[in-house]
Amino acid sequence: MSGVQSPEPATVPAPKPAGTAAPPSEGKRIVREIMSGSAMVSVLAVVVALVIGGLLIAVTDQRVVAAAGYFFAQPGDLFSAMWTAVSQAYGALWRGATYDPTARTWLGQLGIFETLTFATPLILSGLAVTLAFRAGLFNIGAKGQIIMGAVFAGAVGFGMDLPPVIHLLAVIIAGAIGGAIWGGIAGVLKAKTGAHEVIVTIMLNYIAASLVLYLLKNQLKAPGSTNPISPPMHENALFPLLLGPNFRLHAGFILAVLAVVGVAWLLDRSTLGFEFRAIGANPSAAQTAGMLVSRGYILVMLISGALSGLAGVTQLSGTSKSLDADIAGSIGFDAITVALLGRSTPWGTFFAALLFGAFKAGGTSMAVNANVSIDIVLVVQSLIVLFIAAPPLVRSIFRIKAAKSEGARA
Amino acid sequence: MSAATLQESLTTDRLAVRSWRPPIILGVLALFAIVVFGILGPGGNATFRLSQDGDAWQVPNLVVPAQGFGWFAALICAALAVQAYLQTKNVGRPAKWVTMTFTVVFVIGLLVWIIGGTKTQNITVVGLFTGAMLITTPLVFGSLSGVLCERSGVVNIAIEGQLLAGAFTAALVSSMTGNAFAGLFAAALAGVLVSFLLAVFSIKYVVNQIIVGVVLNVLVSGLTGFLFEKIMKTKVNGATIFNQPAHLPDLPIPLLSEIPVLGPTFFRQSILGYLMIVLVIAIWFGLFRTRWGLRVRAVGEHPKAADTVGINVNRTRFLNVLAGGAVAGIGGAYFTLVAVSSFSKDMTGGLGFIALAALIFGRWNPIGAALAALLFGVAGNLQSILSLAGTPIDGQFLAMLPYALTILAVSGFVGKSRAPAADGEPYVKG
Repeated sequence: MSGVQSPEPATVPAPKPAGTAAPPSEGKRIVREIMSGSAMVSVLAVVVALVIGGLLIAVTDQRVVAAAGYFFAQPGDLFSAMWTAVSQAYGALWRGATYDPTARTWLGQLGIFETLTFATPLILSGLAVTLAFRAGLFNIGAKGQIIMGAVFAGAVGFGMDLPPVIHLLAVIIAGAIGGAIWGGIAGVLKAKTGAHEVIVTIMLNYIAASLVLYLLKNQLKAPGSTNPISPPMHENALFPLLLGPNFRLHAGFILAVLAVVGVAWLLDRSTLGFEFRAIGANPSAAQTAGMLVSRGYILVMLISGALSGLAGVTQLSGTSKSLDADIAGSIGFDAITVALLGRSTPWGTFFAALLFGAFKAGGTSMAVNANVSIDIVLVVQSLIVLFIAAPPLVRSIFRIKAAKSEGARA
Repeated sequence: MSAATLQESLTTDRLAVRSWRPPIILGVLALFAIVVFGILGPGGNATFRLSQDGDAWQVPNLVVPAQGFGWFAALICAALAVQAYLQTKNVGRPAKWVTMTFTVVFVIGLLVWIIGGTKTQNITVVGLFTGAMLITTPLVFGSLSGVLCERSGVVNIAIEGQLLAGAFTAALVSSMTGNAFAGLFAAALAGVLVSFLLAVFSIKYVVNQIIVGVVLNVLVSGLTGFLFEKIMKTKVNGATIFNQPAHLPDLPIPLLSEIPVLGPTFFRQSILGYLMIVLVIAIWFGLFRTRWGLRVRAVGEHPKAADTVGINVNRTRFLNVLAGGAVAGIGGAYFTLVAVSSFSKDMTGGLGFIALAALIFGRWNPIGAALAALLFGVAGNLQSILSLAGTPIDGQFLAMLPYALTILAVSGFVGKSRAPAADGEPYVKG
């Protein structure tokens, strides 16, 4: 929360709004933290997290507990029980996320397409967090932006009657605007008053959650419904299904891939992206070089919010098809972990979102087929990010092993 | 604090930076009060029932004419807004008492307007406050945890996780032992454990503190959810024996508990309620009146200076974060040992983030945070009471109040809420 007010009056002569005088260290450090380290650390982090998750599954499994009761009589039973528990769980996870020849329906067999469906909003909201990161801002507000994007998209999607294609385009634009407004509030406050974007975006999340409940009970409520749920979206406002009615995968996925390409271009090839990165690396230096830091903050939060808003659109027009209070689910916070795992690069975010989409798709099958609660996925995800954020920890875990094996060889 | 306030007053005096935001905001609010409370004020009387039937001392109901009082409050607000304008013009900023009085009068005016606008036009004040304490108590513990961490320079976004870990552990351990105090102790330990992770990652590995906090919340949510499914839902002889926590009884204080309104609110609580009051005062005293507190604040404001005079910055931070975890863990125990009689998934429901809001709105001061928590608790409880009564204002807008106020506070619209200068900055020697 260092950016709440410029804390260095010694170096900053006039107490200007902190947008211009924010301490350079934090944003720079975040970016450095995320960018540094190799892809190897990411892979190892996933491995360690899966191992810990596996242990958790093993020690809470009833057969394992039973086998532990007679451990000294037959120690082998314990380990085989542990192996069975973990391999069943992760096996179900893997099959649910990719390909399961034993399932009865097409949808169940080809879980890979469910993975892509789940990944779609994660890609977009992950990009939102990534982009803000690169400008040194921590956008925790993906949840609120998704909600507001979905509210705006919904207002157009079930409130208006437009011809095909145009209706969908209008919905997409409305959603982007809704998210951009919500993100923009945080950007403007950061730029003009120095209010820390983390606090503002957290608070905006909750305000959006209350606002959507209010709207769903009043203006956006489906006529005749007693629940806070909106009428269904018009046919024309829905994303077309990519693989026919058997699968849920929709054209929103293409939108997400386009967004990845777009953000990659923005960050690496455009002047604006260069400004964002310069501001993220060192706002004071960027200011000195003649960039308008406050304008950068506002713009990056507008675009970031718009991306989250698009995630809301894909949820609404692609998956849920009518608006309810839980439209954002856990996507808002998953987006942060996705961006961290993706090391704040657009394509890294894309693959991280695929992994987390796989966790979501596989988690359901794991809960059904192996009786392991889907919450374990949250544990694994958060551990992955913890390990990735602390490369020295991962390295120390594996260096110890490496040293030992060297010693054994010698 | 002293150095920072000195610096602050120096800059404001010398450069005479005049912010017109406070008088403008107060003016807009006063205008709102005049229009809504006064001109559009509801007819009839708003009745505040101060006593319950069983009380020893019966106090007559407080009856106020809703619209008349609305005008009264609105005009005071308007006068205070003018005063704020004059002070800004002359001194550069409105005096503290002006904004404070304004807030109090505005809130009371709002309350009368809301009650006057309901169908029944009355409210049981005792019920309002005792219900509010169900929200306020964990909020206070959570925000105290935040105070301890952030005053030493470590941002604590993981309050939610600490509360949830405390709630889960308290439920599990007290179910297993049948002893509520064992559960309480375990809850404190669980909070310390979450804090330990926060401290190790943010102090030792210098990971961004906000990232760690966010991730820890997810981790605790996943872990408690997983264990809840695996352990607590397991039925033994048809009963979920691992989710039947013992209960901490209410301990009414003789005489004091008979005071109208205040008695049932503050002196008819469980041991955790009293512990909360003690902790608020103790932490305030500790931070602002003892050598320990001076050191902690020095570490949070200017770690390098603190290091220069021989204070071990990272050890101070580590210990403070751990202490904060214990406090939040105990606050989490309140959920399962006092408020509700069993654990349920994600039962803290975002209260940890409201605690963060209370901390900021209370300006990183234990007493301020506690008062903010009380305000947020009343707003939250009012929302649930009013959802049944049919009101002029939708409950969802009351629910937004803490968050909206916090945004106003951090963006400096009504007074500036300023974090410790080194909050969130890791300290690397050299």
